[in-house]
Amino acid sequence: MSDARSLLSRRKALKCMAYGGAGTLFVLSGGVFAPVDLATADGYRKGSARAGTPLFVQISDTHIGFNKEANPDVSGTLAQTIDLVNGMADPPALIIHTGDITHLSKPAEFDLAQQLLGRLRVPEMHTVPGEHDTADPTVTEYFSRFGQASGNRGYYSFDHAGVHFIALINVLQFKPGGLGTLGADQLAWVEADLKGRSASTPIVVFAHMPLWTIYAPWGWGTGDADQLMAELRRFGSVTVLNGHIHQIVQKVEGNITFHTARATSYPQPVAGEGPGPGPLKVPADQLAKMLGVTGVSIVGHPRSLALTDTTIV
Amino acid sequence: MTPGGRLVARAVTGVAMLWMAVGFYSAEAGPPDPATIVVKDFMFQPMAVTVTAGSTVRWTNRDDEPHTVVSDTGIFRSGAMDTNETYSFKFDEPGTYHFTCSIHPRMVGTIVVTASP
Repeated sequence: MSDARSLLSRRKALKCMAYGGAGTLFVLSGGVFAPVDLATADGYRKGSARAGTPLFVQISDTHIGFNKEANPDVSGTLAQTIDLVNGMADPPALIIHTGDITHLSKPAEFDLAQQLLGRLRVPEMHTVPGEHDTADPTVTEYFSRFGQASGNRGYYSFDHAGVHFIALINVLQFKPGGLGTLGADQLAWVEADLKGRSASTPIVVFAHMPLWTIYAPWGWGTGDADQLMAELRRFGSVTVLNGHIHQIVQKVEGNITFHTARATSYPQPVAGEGPGPGPLKVPADQLAKMLGVTGVSIVGHPRSLALTDTTIV
Repeated sequence: MTPGGRLVARAVTGVAMLWMAVGFYSAEAGPPDPATIVVKDFMFQPMAVTVTAGSTVRWTNRDDEPHTVVSDTGIFRSGAMDTNETYSFKFDEPGTYHFTCSIHPRMVGTIVVTASP
């Protein structure tokens, strides 16, 4: 990595994010996000060694079954997304889907989503449900298909390439009138799961709803996330990946990087602009530039994780 | 009873009869069955509805976004209601029933079920 790269304040980093457009590479090193020029980001697409070793791609909010004006063809934009991922020069080893796989939790929607996602050449996919996946009356459709990894609890962990992955569910236990929560059982499980792990193990936590409060009036947050962060704070590199809001928002807090992904289905308004977090209609030629995936690579020594957001066009 | 007391008693009876008459009229001209709650702009409209036991309440979604109706105590639970879809539940027992949208838990509402007249 270039030594000339300066460490920017978070405010400047967020400003750069606003101009990121088609693809923005931020490298996390020593707990601080700094932008790397887009030539390097292009190197990631072409598989340059400078961009690190691809670890996984995060896909989110595919909303199979949605058919309104904001995107009449979510299957088509998912197919475009899969072509993008399949076309990467250095393919990732894993796919992580951060939920809202379907729009209405219907069996036919799950079937179609699995059929479409089956076209990914990446052999391994790990999922967490969104609130649109747990909306059927008996809350069984998601778990009958994807519940095995977690014994139908929704939360689980696994290791890959020396990175510890923690999948969490925050769409089932909600406070009426308030935010979704992780719940005491899940938090106790995380504490037990992290016990004894070396602080130099890179940790990736993924869940559907943001694990920090972005905008509470629209439910963009998790009520008991502070307790989770208390468990994670001792680790040297923690990356928290969420979906749900259909746009990129991020922040860095010490060694913890928080990042939400674009959707592959439709964008949503910026917090507070409108009556609620519904689909945002944009001109047809702009839609694909607001949909995309997040690529995560292992870079540097000591190892840290780099995030790259790429749009489908 | 003293003359003053008799006057008070008559006044109280008069008010009580007026109250019952109004109540009787309200029960007759109360919310239509089924009472309808429109789900629009990420709100249950109205947020509180009062019906008599045996009444049906019907929720209709007018948003571009699906919503659900989930009772806080697990008594009723709709599936995802897409735009223009409806969900109905018949309330047989008097009581107060709070509900939420499980997709957008900020949205809350209440059904108050009074005893049948």
